[in-house]
Amino acid sequence: MASAPTQVAAGQARWHGRFLVILLLAPAVLWLGALIVLPHVDLAILSFRERVGPRQYVASLAEYKTFFTEPLYWHVFVRTAVMSVVATFLTLLLAFPMAWIIAKIAHGRARSTLFILCLIPFWVSETVRTLGWMILLRESGVLPSLLVKLGVTSVPVELLYHDATIMVGLIYASLLFMVIPLISSLESLDNALIEAAYDLGANGPAVLRTIVIPHAAPGITAGCIVVFMLTLGSYLTPTLLGGKNSQWFTEQIYTQFITRFNWEQGAAFGFLLLALSTALVMIGLKLTGQRFGEAMRRA
Amino acid sequence: MSTADLVADAVVKRFAGHVAVDSLSFSVAHGSFFSILGPSGCGKTTLLRMIAGFIAPDSGDIAIGGRSMRDIAPNRRPVNMVFQQLALFPMMTVGENVAFGLARRGVARAERMRRSQAMLERVGLGQAAAKRVDQLSGGQRQRVAIARSLVLEPTLLLLDEPLGALDLKLREHMKIELKQLQAAFGTTFVYITHDQSEALVLSDHVGVMNQGRFEQLGPPQDLYYRPQTPFVASFVGANNRIVGRITRLDHESVELTTAQGWSIRALKQGAMSIGAAVEGFVRPEVTSLGRTEAELPRGQPWHSGEVQSLLFDGANSAVLLTERVTRREFRIALPQTGQFSDLKPHEQVLFSFDPARAVCFPARAGAAGQDG
Repeated sequence: MASAPTQVAAGQARWHGRFLVILLLAPAVLWLGALIVLPHVDLAILSFRERVGPRQYVASLAEYKTFFTEPLYWHVFVRTAVMSVVATFLTLLLAFPMAWIIAKIAHGRARSTLFILCLIPFWVSETVRTLGWMILLRESGVLPSLLVKLGVTSVPVELLYHDATIMVGLIYASLLFMVIPLISSLESLDNALIEAAYDLGANGPAVLRTIVIPHAAPGITAGCIVVFMLTLGSYLTPTLLGGKNSQWFTEQIYTQFITRFNWEQGAAFGFLLLALSTALVMIGLKLTGQRFGEAMRRA
Repeated sequence: MSTADLVADAVVKRFAGHVAVDSLSFSVAHGSFFSILGPSGCGKTTLLRMIAGFIAPDSGDIAIGGRSMRDIAPNRRPVNMVFQQLALFPMMTVGENVAFGLARRGVARAERMRRSQAMLERVGLGQAAAKRVDQLSGGQRQRVAIARSLVLEPTLLLLDEPLGALDLKLREHMKIELKQLQAAFGTTFVYITHDQSEALVLSDHVGVMNQGRFEQLGPPQDLYYRPQTPFVASFVGANNRIVGRITRLDHESVELTTAQGWSIRALKQGAMSIGAAVEGFVRPEVTSLGRTEAELPRGQPWHSGEVQSLLFDGANSAVLLTERVTRREFRIALPQTGQFSDLKPHEQVLFSFDPARAVCFPARAGAAGQDG
């Protein structure tokens, strides 16, 4: 039986192979299981119960009902969604020319320099970046005193704690996540297609509408999904730049968990935010006729 | 010049000090098929892109349909282009591709559909309007690219080596189809290629381009039978090149003798004197082969050589000889009768050619030492 040892060896090799796969997958599985699935299951259970007395809980939909009956929560929720959609759209408008220049106009050194310039702000943590904006914009900060010096305003004005300030901070924080998928989708656009469109009589806007945007659509979708999710779920930027006026939904969740110690309410809000972002992404995909898988491959 | 659809007048284009198109002037008659033939890097793509309007000439002027094209953008020129890789729009159906230019001109949707469908039918793709571009074969895509341009009824259709990406069989087929399409539509075609067979088969006129200039401009027959420069003689068709000096001279023919002492006779092309360095060209097709002197045509001087190898290629079969005196390679086309298909390497054979069908040019600067 000369084949017996080879069979054993083959079996061993197969087992080794399988072991290797398990070993390689382990960190991802542990990560997903312990840090994402388990807490969410726990939060889901929390959100569907109500405290009726000290350490006494009953299953109920009361936490979700509060959200719909209390106008403040509802208002903050809609405001967060609208602001995030606007921020995503403005980020797209700003990122598109940047990505176009990097992907189609710049060459060689200029191109990598421009890309690095986009990347550099992200070497600093989000907190530090946001605090940087505060130094620039607060009443005693750089920009208001510059405006006084230039004679634009007679006294320093408070530039923090406006919706526009929040918007600037959010766009700044998410620009890179829009630029990268746009660059990769614009790079793959054959220049001959643009020339052919010109040759057939198209002008600039027509080329953009009929050739460039349809080609870049998966990249645009991917960038928009990522930026929208980041914006909707961001906490630091709206809190620091918007102050008390920010009224961001993540702050409501924070308040419920930390200030009010009402974990049940906080958990319910968390799930509502998850449902909101999922629903808006789905509506966005449906409206633009894009597919999630295709977009994520491009990202 | 009222019938010329394209007139180039002293057009110059330089790139970083290197002259891509060097003071070129020519005109293309209405309804003709004009080819620009040249090796890669000769400036033909630059010239085509200047006609299309993607780059502007440094000096000189291009007029299309009698109108100067200076400062007119590509989307406003009465010119359409079939791109090398065709550049069909993958995000659109075949019908939308063909209707694209009409839509840009503001033609109403129903009229657009009708005209693009009619055009697709004329190129034999009446059923393909709803298909995606990637569902078509190479030849079908080619026809869509042409239909997409011709539906706009341009004064001039530019074609940038559109057959380059096709395989041999399809290329041969598309050559005939292009010629038929051009005849059917009567549109003026300007075609660039590095493939001399494409240029010869398709064109009414060919400009042979080298280093930014036209070496010769004329009907394909002229280029083949009466090349005016050594470049044209070696680029158009196959040719044996023989380098040497003039040893005898009369008013229309010369005797050329190589450094090793082999003499041939050829027609004189250009001014030359005894002792001048020259290049002679003898086509494989005009050369006759024989095992004995009696097999060769009467009255032609004969030469001898040794068979090096037999290149069988059906109708294009040839034999490579080593000429006895110079030990240089000499190519001879084999007759269609299959008469010499039994030649063996190292066999001694004789060959001859009509001196009136061989040409001799003054040697090009720097080319005298090379062998052909």
